[in-house]
Amino acid sequence: MTETLIPFAEAIERYEPVIGLETHVELGTRTKMFCGCVTTFGAEPNSQTCPVCLGLPGSLPVVNRTAIEYTIRIGLALNCTIAEWCRFARKNYFYPDMPKNFQISQYDEPLCTDGYLDVEVNGKTVRVGIERVHLEEDTGKSLHVGGATGRIHGAEYSLVDYNRAGIPLVEIVTRPVTGTGEDAPVAARLYVTELRDLLRSLGVSDVRMEEGSLRCDVNTSLAPPGAPWGTRTETKNVNSLRSVERAVEFEIERQAAVLDAGGRVIQETRHLHEDTGTTTSGRSKEEAQDYRYFPEPDLVPVAPPRDWVEQIRASLPEAPAKVRARLRAEWNVSALEMDAIVNAGALDLVVQTVAAGASPADARKWWLGELSRRAHDTGTELTALPITPAQVARIAELVAAGTLNDRLARDVIDAVLAGEGDPDAIVEARGLAVVSDEGALTAAVDEAIAANPEVAAKIRDGKIAAAGVLVGAVMKATRGKADAARVRELILERLT
Amino acid sequence: MELTRMTAAELSAALTSREVSATEVTRAHLDRIAAVDDRVHAFLHVAADSALEQARDIDARRHHGENLSPLAGVPVAVKDVFATKGLPTTCGSRILEGWHPPYDATIVQRLKQSGAIILGKTNMDEFAMGSSTENSAYGTSHNPWDLDKIPGGSSGGSSAAVAAYEAPLAIGTDTGGSIRQPAAVCGIVGTKPTYGGSSRYGVVAFASSLDTPGPFGRTVLDAALLHEAMSGHDPMDSTSIDAPVPPVVAAAREADVSGMRIGVVAELGGEGYQPGVLARFAESVELLESLGAKVTEVSCPHFRYALPAYYLIAPSECSSNLARFDAMRYGLRVGDDGTRDAEEVMALTREQGFGAEVKRRIILGTYALSSGYYDAYYGKAQQVRTLIIRDFDAAFGQVDVLVSPATPTTAFRIGERADDPMAMYLADLATIPSDLAGNAAISVPCGLADEDGLPVGLQVMAPAMADDRLYRVAAAAEAAFTRRWGHPLLAEAKGL
Repeated sequence: MTETLIPFAEAIERYEPVIGLETHVELGTRTKMFCGCVTTFGAEPNSQTCPVCLGLPGSLPVVNRTAIEYTIRIGLALNCTIAEWCRFARKNYFYPDMPKNFQISQYDEPLCTDGYLDVEVNGKTVRVGIERVHLEEDTGKSLHVGGATGRIHGAEYSLVDYNRAGIPLVEIVTRPVTGTGEDAPVAARLYVTELRDLLRSLGVSDVRMEEGSLRCDVNTSLAPPGAPWGTRTETKNVNSLRSVERAVEFEIERQAAVLDAGGRVIQETRHLHEDTGTTTSGRSKEEAQDYRYFPEPDLVPVAPPRDWVEQIRASLPEAPAKVRARLRAEWNVSALEMDAIVNAGALDLVVQTVAAGASPADARKWWLGELSRRAHDTGTELTALPITPAQVARIAELVAAGTLNDRLARDVIDAVLAGEGDPDAIVEARGLAVVSDEGALTAAVDEAIAANPEVAAKIRDGKIAAAGVLVGAVMKATRGKADAARVRELILERLT
Repeated sequence: MELTRMTAAELSAALTSREVSATEVTRAHLDRIAAVDDRVHAFLHVAADSALEQARDIDARRHHGENLSPLAGVPVAVKDVFATKGLPTTCGSRILEGWHPPYDATIVQRLKQSGAIILGKTNMDEFAMGSSTENSAYGTSHNPWDLDKIPGGSSGGSSAAVAAYEAPLAIGTDTGGSIRQPAAVCGIVGTKPTYGGSSRYGVVAFASSLDTPGPFGRTVLDAALLHEAMSGHDPMDSTSIDAPVPPVVAAAREADVSGMRIGVVAELGGEGYQPGVLARFAESVELLESLGAKVTEVSCPHFRYALPAYYLIAPSECSSNLARFDAMRYGLRVGDDGTRDAEEVMALTREQGFGAEVKRRIILGTYALSSGYYDAYYGKAQQVRTLIIRDFDAAFGQVDVLVSPATPTTAFRIGERADDPMAMYLADLATIPSDLAGNAAISVPCGLADEDGLPVGLQVMAPAMADDRLYRVAAAAEAAFTRRWGHPLLAEAKGL
């Protein structure tokens, strides 16, 4: 079914959007929420399971203290109040990937409540209210085989991997965000971005959307200005930052069309299709499922001692937004340039490279340029490249000193990545330093002129652009070790 | 002396002094089972091979001079609700037919470590729901006093096994009276320890906030020996109490009630109680007074709401606990013929795998937890539970222990109440308050009812973690009664 849409700009003229986000974050604890199974991503299916996370009859959960600590860390970083006493609750529903057919979660007594996160949106600060941060267990993962959609309906059979079952999951729920108007889609994306960076800085999760350790549900509703809020839809399956923005954008365009036609937006779950950026209707929430929540009788209440909470508070790192503001001033870079560094996942690396002696400009240039390309080509994370910030700083220093030119520097990087050792050792071993002996250079220039009489004649006739050919020849002859600028000077000296 | 007629304490002494071997003791009980269990049907599974293997191991260790614990070589029957590695564990239900747990319940593990011989798994009402074993999917157990009568339930297989001399000791679970009621109607001793005093890890859950594993024995001292061996803190059970086990064995040996303050609960007696039961109870109170106890009457006004509150709380928890039996991972699977989806297979399996009483309680509990009904049912029942706890607190402010008849009637005829759930539920009238409050209680034989010549149980209730008081009072009563009768009450059982 193709949805009727209203162009975004028109939709925003007539309606005000309200958005809300529920974010699930898999905590990076070594073991699961209620048992001792390890949580390594990508292990052989069902190899990281035990009677507890398989929900075998008779097994009982025991709370992972580190998961509680991480949740408190998140709550404090989001300016929340930490409950003095709270409980887990059972959320009851049947699904094959839920070993007990109930999920241990939190209901009316979450661990953290009433906080906020400030997000910079086009130069304005949007304060996103945080309603609650609670802790629960993840479900297993279903793989539906056969059928076109990859969903359970139409599948021939399904496989379930319970390695994920019982991994601690934190749910962060915002209050409705109003007043962002046409910035609503961007605001949604930037909120998730900011949250991701914050969580990463807290060291509580690896926050990899592509691996599902950060997942988002996006709520969107529209109403004419001044009218009460409209009915919201909840878009699930939002697994990238770009998709967060597109989900809101699409729902605004779709709901505006429904409202324009005098229709009624149905409260429902919608699925986002990453390929098209469109959403389609999932199950209707109008016959809302009754989860029959009740306090989990297998667990005692959680009452984090106040001095422990204060210890955690004292150990919080500087918030990413503050770090960025400080570094922007120190490095004298624009907001856009800073975004580029952050989006490349290079912030820490640049910081460390500057600390190792490189100029901020050089550090940025190498990490965002050559090294990002290498990471992209080999399909690895920037941080996973086998080169250290200190090595990058040393290469930048050698370039600044004239020992290396950019081309030679790239060769040195290749050698470092190939495991040949430190930059200095590589320069030494491969003889990669720039040729600075004028006599040798002059001889090479003369040879090039003699070998290319037609080009030399053109330059003598004033076609200075042709000098490039001779520079190239000299560079080739010196195997790239000459300083190209000096070579050009020498050629022009001789021919003009 | 015939080995099967000896108490656990006597067997322990004979084994320690090497008058008998564990193999002889085990064989004697296996022979007894072979001789009578076709009439009693106490066992669902007799673990003859593994029991004899265990016995040989104990004998070898004793032969090498190893210092073994008091229960080493003493056989124990295990209710089929405890997970036993390698032995079937059905909970009396079709839905778990063929399931062999990959792990041992903590208590089973402790018993094995103490050298107790696991004789086999005993019959029970399906998932511990019932008072007669008539709700077992594998047939009804019979009362050794009169084979036409019920042995009580839900731990009726365990009580029948001990009363029929098939095992000197057995373990069961008490959720609403499932240890004390079968102990009372079989003329043996049964204890519901303090909730959290004995581990629930590996006990297939019926109602998590109520389920309490406990011991059966033919004497108070035997029950105390087993109580001590099976109890104590378990880090695998969050609700387990981290404190030393109360000195129950010492209290059973002292058997001294002089100066103790004993309260007769006004609300547990009178209408609905069989005259013969009330007569034996009145005698018991006089007896305790004659032994030096100070007896007063105590009122617990909210006990009259205990039964209705229980029948909301227990079904609510069971509706969630039993959700995991869905054919996906273990046990029965019905209708998986390639034409039905997972949901249909779940529904068909649960339809055929659960018996009528289990379904009744799942439906009751599902309703009580439903949105819109939660406050009126589950929420209200929890408030009543608090009031009952306060009644106990007030009573224990005045007296050291409370006493009442353990059951309103003696053993009833098999089939008599099978079609009348309300009549069946009334069997637990006197035992439910202690379960709701989580404190400790015991049933000890106090004579035969005049009407039917069947055993009557005296219930003693003590504050949480004061389990030793139960044994002090029960042992004093037992000693005095045995002197009066000239022999243990069970010697009068004529069913076999």
